[in-house]
Amino acid sequence: HGRLKVKTSEEQAEAKRLEREQKLKLYQSATQTVFRKVGPSERQAGELDESVLELTSQILGANPDFATLWNCRREVLQRLEAQKSPEELAALVKAELGFLESCLRVNPKSYGTWHHRCWLLGRLPEPNWTRELELFHCWDYRRFVAAQAAVPPAEELAFTDSLITRNFSNYSSWHYRSCLLPQLHPQPDSGPQGRLPEDVLLKELELVQNAFFTDPNDQSAWFYHRWLLGRADPQDALRCLHVSRDEACLTVSFSRPLLVGSRTDTLLLMVDESPLAVEWRTPDGRNQPSHVWLCDLPAASLNDQLPQHTFRVIWTAGNAQKECVLLKGRQECWCRDSATDEQLFRCDLSVEKSTVLQSELESCKELQELEPENKWCLLTIILLMRALDPLLYEKETLQYFQTLKASRAVDPMRAAYLDDLRSKFLLENSVLKMEYAEVRVLHLGHKDLTMLCHLEQLLLVTHLDLSHNRLQALPPALAALRCLEVLQANDNAIESLDGVTNLPRLQELFLCNNRLPQPAVLQPLASCPKLVLLNLQGNPLCQAAGISEQLAELLPSVSSILT
Amino acid sequence: MANSLPTEFDVVVIGTGLPESILAAACSRSGQRVLHLDSRSYYGGNWASFSFSGLLSWLKEYQQNSDIGEEGSTAWQDLIYETEEAITLCRKDETIQHTEVFCYASQDVNDNIEETDVLQKSPSWVASSTLIKPLDSACLSEETHPLYVSSYEMSAKDTTKNNGEVTDAAETLVKEYCRYKTYKHTVSDGAKDETKPILEDNSDPPKRNRITYSQIVKEGRKFNIDLVSKLLYSQGLLIDLLIKSNVSHYAEFKNVTRILAFREGKVEQVPCSRADIFNSKDLTMVEKRMLMKFLTFCLDYEQHPDEYQAFVQSSFSEYLKTKKLTPNLQHFVLHSIAMMSDSPCTTIDGLKATKNFLQCLGRFGNTPFLLPLYGQGEIPQCFCRMCAVFGGIYCLRHKVQCLVVDKESGRCKAIIDHFGRRISAKYFIVEDSYLSEETCLNVQYKQISRAVLITDQSVLKAESDQQISVLIVPPVEPGACAVRITELCSSTMTCMKDTYLVHLTCSSSKTAREDLESVVKKLFTPYAETEIDKEELKKPRLLWALYFNMRDSSGVSRSSYNGLPSNVYVCTGPDCGLGSEHAVKQAETLFREIFPSEEFCPPPPNPEDIFFDGDDKQPEPSGTSNIVMAKLESSEGSKNLESPGKHLQN
Repeated sequence: HGRLKVKTSEEQAEAKRLEREQKLKLYQSATQTVFRKVGPSERQAGELDESVLELTSQILGANPDFATLWNCRREVLQRLEAQKSPEELAALVKAELGFLESCLRVNPKSYGTWHHRCWLLGRLPEPNWTRELELFHCWDYRRFVAAQAAVPPAEELAFTDSLITRNFSNYSSWHYRSCLLPQLHPQPDSGPQGRLPEDVLLKELELVQNAFFTDPNDQSAWFYHRWLLGRADPQDALRCLHVSRDEACLTVSFSRPLLVGSRTDTLLLMVDESPLAVEWRTPDGRNQPSHVWLCDLPAASLNDQLPQHTFRVIWTAGNAQKECVLLKGRQECWCRDSATDEQLFRCDLSVEKSTVLQSELESCKELQELEPENKWCLLTIILLMRALDPLLYEKETLQYFQTLKASRAVDPMRAAYLDDLRSKFLLENSVLKMEYAEVRVLHLGHKDLTMLCHLEQLLLVTHLDLSHNRLQALPPALAALRCLEVLQANDNAIESLDGVTNLPRLQELFLCNNRLPQPAVLQPLASCPKLVLLNLQGNPLCQAAGISEQLAELLPSVSSILT
Repeated sequence: MANSLPTEFDVVVIGTGLPESILAAACSRSGQRVLHLDSRSYYGGNWASFSFSGLLSWLKEYQQNSDIGEEGSTAWQDLIYETEEAITLCRKDETIQHTEVFCYASQDVNDNIEETDVLQKSPSWVASSTLIKPLDSACLSEETHPLYVSSYEMSAKDTTKNNGEVTDAAETLVKEYCRYKTYKHTVSDGAKDETKPILEDNSDPPKRNRITYSQIVKEGRKFNIDLVSKLLYSQGLLIDLLIKSNVSHYAEFKNVTRILAFREGKVEQVPCSRADIFNSKDLTMVEKRMLMKFLTFCLDYEQHPDEYQAFVQSSFSEYLKTKKLTPNLQHFVLHSIAMMSDSPCTTIDGLKATKNFLQCLGRFGNTPFLLPLYGQGEIPQCFCRMCAVFGGIYCLRHKVQCLVVDKESGRCKAIIDHFGRRISAKYFIVEDSYLSEETCLNVQYKQISRAVLITDQSVLKAESDQQISVLIVPPVEPGACAVRITELCSSTMTCMKDTYLVHLTCSSSKTAREDLESVVKKLFTPYAETEIDKEELKKPRLLWALYFNMRDSSGVSRSSYNGLPSNVYVCTGPDCGLGSEHAVKQAETLFREIFPSEEFCPPPPNPEDIFFDGDDKQPEPSGTSNIVMAKLESSEGSKNLESPGKHLQN
């Protein structure tokens, strides 16, 4: 008696269903009307008027992701611009901005709405940028507005400060800082671009340290830390130029992979100071972007009549060149940068002052003592050690890898990444050691390698030992080893040999105790003209019936095949 | 109006404190006919908030120790039938004791005149004859009685006495105040000379704002001074109830902005959230890590028993020492985060308290606490409002003389009010302070020591002067009580611009002043002494101070009351704690006892799902719209503000 009564849930559901149906009806009829109005014939009839604005606003209000309708609105607004008085236009624009705002409240992630807002503001004579900055926080839109309004980077930096203060797990804020800081502190032209002056760098490092000491499991801070300590891409350079008289071949390696077309606009070869048109190809024959490119030389440019031939390769885009001289009577010549560690492998982490790195290393070690299993901390320690001195810290680095692998924090999905990273660092160290020893023999046996990299650095290596690792393949990049004569790869898990192809000097290949499945995988070896000894003992393919015959057929020139 | 009050209800609630108000709302929400009475002229009982002049009037009431409304009431003895007996209720409120007031701000009468012109321009003062708070003007349905007879009413009365003349009113209040002073000296002979108010003040350092007593009086409506200083845990029973029942719509809240600690004679900010720790300039990197690590562990300490199992027998502070925390961090965790300064608390209790604190973080802001704007006194009123929306009837200044008990059944059947009118009901809910001495013969009460200060600066200056701070001052000697301080800035709508309202609370061992004065002296300096000491100059200055003891009936069990019928339920007054969990728990427990099958404060239905059943006396859609419209402003509302009690008295 006299009490409040509430509808039952069935009644509520029924009411909701009716409401939805009603809405759908309205939506569909409005859409149809709009499409009728904007059809090609109606356009001419001048149907694109304010009624279209009204209709589309009904639909967009419910579903702001209807891109076609935003286009209609733009067309109408453009038309009205020509027809209306400034006052009327101002009112129209105000209404449009208000409408956009309400749409954004419905769906703040609607691209169409943001795009329309950008478009509209771009057309205004005096847009109120300050209001836009205060009203919205959407990163892309903010960058647009900040650029349009020429907001000083210092103010934007202060904005990221305030966000980070509230909650430092903010990838976008850290990222925005990495864009703003180089703008605020431009380096002199000669210096490496994108780097920060030391005082700024130290302040940023302190900030980011605060973050990872507070919460070492938050990745955003570690990523920013990596950026702070990293540097811009290395300068484009030709690393090595090699000419072989026997193979009538010229090989070049570059600081980064590139694609060389058939025309001369990427690479220009000058032989004895006159340009020579050649066909460039990659060692593996795939002609995809590669560190190493080579070309055949015509007999004329190698003849022994002249006392010497000069070969110069100019990399037009990279603004770099290299030259070498083949003397009479010599089989080969080369010119290469002495591979100091600085140039080669410190790209990931490097700052001018190693004192900064040193102190970063110390605080990370301090943190590691508190958080012995934190993967980000361990990884950063490893990276810092490599940046400081890869050979000095080699043993310690390996121990940290051990800790990292053992720690519960690393999930199995990342285990392979760590193995590969470790392989990369070990390989780099071996290459450095070889460089210092000035030999062309590289021992990589018993290193637990899971992958090969930096093979483009090994153009001149004649003997390579990869035995007793965990390699699953000899990758295509191995084809860059143009001077390789002996390759030992026993006791791995190798299943494919794509990289053992077109190696002009390869004579002996040891592949005992691998996982080569059937003779077909040996196909690439057929392209190695000088291969005489092949040891396949302990591979599954040895079990196949008639293996000797198959191999003899596949590799007729290899005189000695052990199975 | 008097005659229109029905004489039959389902539930009669006496007292408008928080637990009674929640219960009233819950009963009304579940369809019971509720009559909610309070003998006072304001809502909330000891949970109330007052304007400055309202507080002075409140003080006057207690200090004059007057028998409230003795004369007007009709004899009730004749109204009891033979088959009945009566349980008298208490006529005097004895829950407040040892009130002492100190004024340090200049009371120069000339100030009065000087400042008047300036102040009259202030719109809020001009509006003094109407009521300021938007909530007050809320218009409720016609059948239900108006709810917001605010605490301002008393001061409004004062004003009208003096024909609304602003200056007159202020002067009257100053005079009244002087009477309190005299009174105080007669009561507490231990009052020393240093505490005497200093009337002349010519030694103002120019830097600080000069705030005079008359300014405080004139801007008194901007104060909302709580009798109890409580906050809401962001994840607590009260906030859950407010949200669940939609009562939260009736109030606004602010997050406490910082947690402070008092260590080695200095006030410092406690980094308690992840953001605080990240931003702290005082902690070293390693301290940041250790604190974060410990706090993170506390969040799910139950999952890591090996981390604390060995320390179950030892105290929390001993346990903290083993956690590689530096002394400052130990202090922060023990006193400011776990807030376990008082008793030697066990490791488990400490971990539980820390976890509770941390779980509250981040829900509404970077500290675990919320504060209702316009003071904590808003909260009981919000529940009253909900009760009224669902048909509850309200009468303030309505005294109840006795409960009528049916001899045969032993159940209470009615009350007799001060008009001698009999109002019957099935259930009766009475707040402890209404019960007579006889009923409470065996009851042992605890006491709460309270101080309310008006100061001119914050205890810890920061970039923004609008800080809301919670500070725990640990006991100096073991066994004593920690003092909880909340400092409110003017944007909380509890004090005027350029002042701070400071609440001190601890459980009493002596009188409030004896318990709290030492802490006050450590943190503040009286307004006039500034000239003397440079060190003292840095402290905020006291403009005005009030000490009082409040009865804490929270621990009293039902069985200690004599001879109460089983259908009379007792609600207790405020406890000493920071949150209001006790009151909410009590209300819910009592509700479940009375109506075991009903849901406790369920969310109100959507307005479109509501219709009224039959009876055309019931409120029309305007009534239902109140459910969703939190703040319905209407010019009629202020007319309605005449209290029902007034009508009934006429």
